Amino acid sequence: MSTTVSLTVNGKPCTVEVEPRTLLSALLRDKLGLTGTHVGCDTSQCGACVVHVDGKSRKSCTTLAVQVDGAEVTTIEGLAAADGTLHPMQEAFRENHGLQCGFCTPGMVMSAVDLLHTNPSPTEAEVREWLEGNICRCTGYHNIVKAILDCAANLRGAQQAAE
Amino acid sequence: MTADGIGVAVRRKEDRRFLTGAGRYTDDIDRYGQVYACFVRSPYAHATVDSINKESALGMPGVLAVFTGADVAADGLGLLPAGWMIHNKDGSPMKTPGHPLLVADRARYVGEAVAVVIAETYAQARDAADALEVDYTPLPATIATGTASKPGQPQVHDDVPNNTAFDWCIGDKAATEAAFANAAHITKLDIVNNRLIPNAMEPRAAVGEYDPGTEITTLYTTSQNPHVARLVLSAFVQLAPEHKLRIVAPDVGGGFGSKIYVYAEETVCAWAARKVKRPVRWTAERSESFVTDAHGRDHVTHAELAMDANGKFLGLRVKTFANLGAFASLFGTATPTYLYMTLLSGQYKIPAIYGEVDAVYTNTTPVDAYRGAGRPEATFVVERIVETAARELGLDPADLRRRNFIQPDEFPYQTPVLLQYDTGDYDKHLTKALDLGDYANFTIRKADSAARGKLRGVGFACYIEACGIAPSAAVGALGGGVGLWESGTIRFNPTGNVTVHTGSHSHGQGHETAFAQLIATHLGVPVDQVEVVHGDTMQTPFGMGTYGSRSLAVGGSALVKAADKIVAKGKKIAAHLLEASEADIEFTDGKFTVAGTDKAKSIQEVAFAAYVPHNYPAGVEPGLEESAFYDPLNFTFPAGTQICEVEVDPDTGEVEIVQFVAVDDFGKIINPMIVEGQVHGGIAQGVGQALMEHAVYDQDTGQLLSGSYMDYCMPRADDFPTLKVGLTETPCTHNPLGVKGCGEAGAIAAPAAVMNAVTNAVGTMVQMPATPLRVWEALQSAAPAAAAE
Repeated sequence: MSTTVSLTVNGKPCTVEVEPRTLLSALLRDKLGLTGTHVGCDTSQCGACVVHVDGKSRKSCTTLAVQVDGAEVTTIEGLAAADGTLHPMQEAFRENHGLQCGFCTPGMVMSAVDLLHTNPSPTEAEVREWLEGNICRCTGYHNIVKAILDCAANLRGAQQAAE
Repeated sequence: MTADGIGVAVRRKEDRRFLTGAGRYTDDIDRYGQVYACFVRSPYAHATVDSINKESALGMPGVLAVFTGADVAADGLGLLPAGWMIHNKDGSPMKTPGHPLLVADRARYVGEAVAVVIAETYAQARDAADALEVDYTPLPATIATGTASKPGQPQVHDDVPNNTAFDWCIGDKAATEAAFANAAHITKLDIVNNRLIPNAMEPRAAVGEYDPGTEITTLYTTSQNPHVARLVLSAFVQLAPEHKLRIVAPDVGGGFGSKIYVYAEETVCAWAARKVKRPVRWTAERSESFVTDAHGRDHVTHAELAMDANGKFLGLRVKTFANLGAFASLFGTATPTYLYMTLLSGQYKIPAIYGEVDAVYTNTTPVDAYRGAGRPEATFVVERIVETAARELGLDPADLRRRNFIQPDEFPYQTPVLLQYDTGDYDKHLTKALDLGDYANFTIRKADSAARGKLRGVGFACYIEACGIAPSAAVGALGGGVGLWESGTIRFNPTGNVTVHTGSHSHGQGHETAFAQLIATHLGVPVDQVEVVHGDTMQTPFGMGTYGSRSLAVGGSALVKAADKIVAKGKKIAAHLLEASEADIEFTDGKFTVAGTDKAKSIQEVAFAAYVPHNYPAGVEPGLEESAFYDPLNFTFPAGTQICEVEVDPDTGEVEIVQFVAVDDFGKIINPMIVEGQVHGGIAQGVGQALMEHAVYDQDTGQLLSGSYMDYCMPRADDFPTLKVGLTETPCTHNPLGVKGCGEAGAIAAPAAVMNAVTNAVGTMVQMPATPLRVWEALQSAAPAAAAE
């Protein structure tokens, strides 16, 4: 019944025995103890489970573990620097109060990071549209949107300073 | 003001763990030897359970046990109770059949748990649950709120005639009738307050565990009030004596009321752990949350407002049918009565008010308090009818409200519906909201919308709410089964940092930061030197938990009392160390100083002396730790104004919120950043109710048609513009912090503001949720009349 999946998670190679029906979210949470990735629904709507697979955001609750054999997966636990310095997006969420209960936060942050990879200068409308697949019940999205726009501005500012 | 004390937008202490995936929610807990529960649920709204063939599941791989209602009953476990007694008009008590943990003989709503399968893995438990053979005989079901009490409807409970749990009233009927007899104008309104599903993003979860050594049962669970859960499970369900039962609510991912209540599933996990001698865990799939988390609202209401020729309010009468679902949930009976009709006076002088509520049982999921709990329903009645009256009379809605506001010099103000408001300045937040929303130029914006083929509307909501629930004696007099004080302990550690234990519970509200700020201001200890502990009945003093925007007003006040005790004791110790008279010691900014000198000891030095009392005043106990319990003297009364502007597309019926303004008076503010965040979130939930959210039941079968995120429309980021929020401040007069509470205001006012705007744009009545279909239909029905004009 079980099968073997080899993948890299947050820079660490690992090999895990899974059932063919095991989801990536279950692999991360139950097999690897990476409980930062949350599961908030069963219809692939809420986005609490978003991780990066080969650099792109992906809902881990609708990805089979066997689909990520050989892939590079980054979870919320792998986003901050090794010395604990928060990723600019994490810092922007903290600075702008972009989280309350924290449950949707990992998926929101991972999704937002991918947005800025795709579009470094999104408009407010583009940010709101991008978040279509992430539900938050606490913040009314107001400060999440603010945090993402703030992060984008900070990153552009840092890039200009470097040039 | 200290650098990180009261009034500062301190960034939250709890954020780092949530942002790095280090939060610890119930489903993140991993216990050695744990096994998994999967519940078998009734697929019928109403059915007898004729037989359950356990063998069909017991033979499946990994299955340890199958339990049914008979097993639970055999162990002597009781029913889940209603916690608030309501009396009928004739003085007789309400009828409240208890909710069984597992259905014994008759299922009364879709999703009610009939059996539980325990297995080594969740997949095995789910496979076996699917295989369990249960024979049902379906029965006709009662679903609709407005007709459940009509004769001939199927009986949800045999001993509750006409499905009526109670018929209750408030106010002076005769005086109200007299007011209507003298009215120059009467406005009438029929409104539906749509049933909602709370949808905290973290699904409910439980890990039950039994320690045979200590004989203590531990339940890790998603609770807003672990001590209340322990009390109910002990005193009513007989799960275990209180001292042998530990409830831990670790990080909790949102509650909005739905995690106040004690549910069957969590209880069964704790009990089953003893039966199978392994930790038993369960986390709701979202589909389970939809059918088992207590729902919210669900009122059908007729209201009438009587006015004189000048638009002065003379009287208000309201009749509501409130749906309790299949059983009265823990606070399900208080929500449509004392938390609802006591707010019918709004911000206005209304000399006579009379309200009636018929609460009905139906074959639907139980209904209980959901963000705002009764107060959104009251605000919806009052603010919809006031706005409708203004439009009927051709008055500006702001003007009609101003004519009737309770004035600042009229406080304390006794309403005709029990409550006495302590303070407020309603014109102040209305005026500020009008400015913030540039109301003066609304007609220009309306013309601009019209030029683009859009219908623009504006709507107001001047809400009031009763928070900081509540004086225990008052709660008792009104039928509540508990006291609603709060507790707190401040423990200085020998090295000078502080551990705070609170009976409140944070599930997104930021208590770890706000309570630390309170300590920073009152005791001069920096926020990063304060750890706030909550949510564990073994660690914290008995507390009543977090709901009704009560944590700061009641729990924070308890901490102020405890801080005062710390200072009082510290003065004794400092006086001894400084060789001065206690009466000469002053305490400010963390320092005990001999008045008029530079002789001082820091509170950390005093704490050290208290724990290493080598040089110490005679007769003073060692240690520096103080507890306090605070029972509020009154409710608090946050109030404010929201103004919403919408654009309606007449071709599609789509409603877009193009401007949203909220100005709130929450009294004193501890952390403005957190307060604004609470307002934003509340508004989003209120907008969700107004425009998209709706728990829809099939009226024949009782199936929940909106039972997933594919069907139940949750507000998304692109449903909102940037929100404009502001504050005014009239401090609460009766608690030491002057605070009122901010957790629910947004959700309380927004439905009325949005629907007033939609009605203004469309020109005719639309019921919530104002979906594109409903708005389009309203426009079509209004069109012929408009054409005829």
